[in-house]
Amino acid sequence: MDKGHASRHGVSPRLWLAGGWLLLALLAAIFAPLVAPQDPLAQDLMLERLPPFWLDGAEPGYWLGTDSLGRDLLSRLIFGGRIAFIVAFAAAIAACLVGSTLGLIAGYFGGWADRIISRVVDVWMAFPPVLFAILLVAVLGTGLSSVILAIAIIDWTRFCRVIRAEAMGQSRMDYVENARIAGYGRIGIMLREVLPNVVPSIVALLSLEMGIAVIVEAILSFVNLSISTDDPTWGSIIAEGRLSIHQAWWVLVFPLITLILTVLSFSQFGEALKARFDPVLR
Amino acid sequence: MSACLDIANLSAVLPNGQRVLRSVSLAVQPGEVRALVGESGAGKTMIGKAVLGVLPLSVRIVEGDMLLEGEDLGKLEPKARRTLIGARTALIPQDPLTALNPSRRIGPQMTDRLVRILGWSGERADSRIRQLLDEVQIRDPDRVLKSYPHELSGGMRQRVLIAAAFAAEPRLIVADEPTTALDVTVQKQILRLIATLQREHGTAILFVTHDLGVVAKISQKVSVLYAGKVVEEADTAALFAAPQHPYTRALMAATPRYTDPFASLKPVDEAVLAGLASEIAETDQAWRRPHG
Repeated sequence: MDKGHASRHGVSPRLWLAGGWLLLALLAAIFAPLVAPQDPLAQDLMLERLPPFWLDGAEPGYWLGTDSLGRDLLSRLIFGGRIAFIVAFAAAIAACLVGSTLGLIAGYFGGWADRIISRVVDVWMAFPPVLFAILLVAVLGTGLSSVILAIAIIDWTRFCRVIRAEAMGQSRMDYVENARIAGYGRIGIMLREVLPNVVPSIVALLSLEMGIAVIVEAILSFVNLSISTDDPTWGSIIAEGRLSIHQAWWVLVFPLITLILTVLSFSQFGEALKARFDPVLR
Repeated sequence: MSACLDIANLSAVLPNGQRVLRSVSLAVQPGEVRALVGESGAGKTMIGKAVLGVLPLSVRIVEGDMLLEGEDLGKLEPKARRTLIGARTALIPQDPLTALNPSRRIGPQMTDRLVRILGWSGERADSRIRQLLDEVQIRDPDRVLKSYPHELSGGMRQRVLIAAAFAAEPRLIVADEPTTALDVTVQKQILRLIATLQREHGTAILFVTHDLGVVAKISQKVSVLYAGKVVEEADTAALFAAPQHPYTRALMAATPRYTDPFASLKPVDEAVLAGLASEIAETDQAWRRPHG
């Protein structure tokens, strides 16, 4: 109860820090053409490997320095954020819809539905996820939609397993039996009695999954299997930075920091939201 | 007069073939409270669940009839059976903490059933619920209806559940140890409430309990259950005056008495249990012969 009061009336720093970073990054990505100081694709060999602003030799307007082709790093990170967020939202929501629906059905109905769905999940999880992603993109072809599809195809099991377990626990509760006695249909009970009680977990998982999607997209760009090589993505910037680590460390370090902050924020934000959504914890 | 609930010769088995209900017969007349008393594991709750159509999937009814107001539940289509059970019966559950959905407010939970299942208008359901909350002596219905279950005490939640059970004027209520999860002072109030509402609404109740004190207070008829078999059946007054079956006598002797608070608790006598075991074995043998 005490914990509940703190999060309702006080400010949860976790929620605000994580939410603040995500909002900042999201707004920058949405308004990228307005806020990016430079054209992210403009090459200028006169300006190659400029250091970030606080070091000697920095140029004004190139806050985080430039890469080996003289492209502005900050602008590239901001434009890369667009792809990161599109992939995060689309892939996580797709994985969530598929996984949660199947998990709810398996957990609530049990029996054959559960056995089939659980076996599929077991088989699915036997594949190493990153290899699976690389394989999928290789088959589907590179491009934004195949990256999203690949992540959704791999990660729906994450939702399915958790939601199945929760729905199973809920289904044994007396209020589900009461609804049964009252004469509700099975699907009505699943949606009205069981679903609201697993929503907090769905929300937390969704946010966590967005972070994971960002990582997977970065991994795919790192191995050059994401979208076309022209558009900057965090993964492709990291890949470039790795090559020039001894001449220009900032090209590797800044995208890594951005990536880590974003992934961490997604998971923290999800946990904080879960507490808010749960009437018992609230 | 046809019985409100008439169970005849009901047997149920587990997947391993073990019988959990052994040819149970009992009837509840309209407006009557029938207590179903026995130790835990005796199958009291199982009978309640069988009547309400919510037996666990592993338990299978292999024989017997259940008539709800003359309608044979076993002969109805599943959908028609659900509708009939939903309209004519209700449950007062054992544990008020898990019997309400934690993520929904009390108000919609209570009115939902009247509106969606029975087709009442929203206003009618609302005024009905308020009337019932008044009957179970909830003084601030506005606050309660807006609350989530965890914001109410156990006693309050049980009142809400009693109100909900009586709301649709069922003919039969199954009360499954409705006071077991509550503390002693609240138990008494809840018991009195159930008795009062039962009398005023004329509802028949199948009252499942292990507490002979509760049986004496609330019921007119008693069935004593052991290992899924009814070992004795009688008017409550007659049963307490002159218990016939040795097991019933042993149960009564095992009840702690206020008059002698320092007496040690008496378990049921070994000889009685041995007698019960052979009685059960006999009925099982008699049952197996025609059933292979």
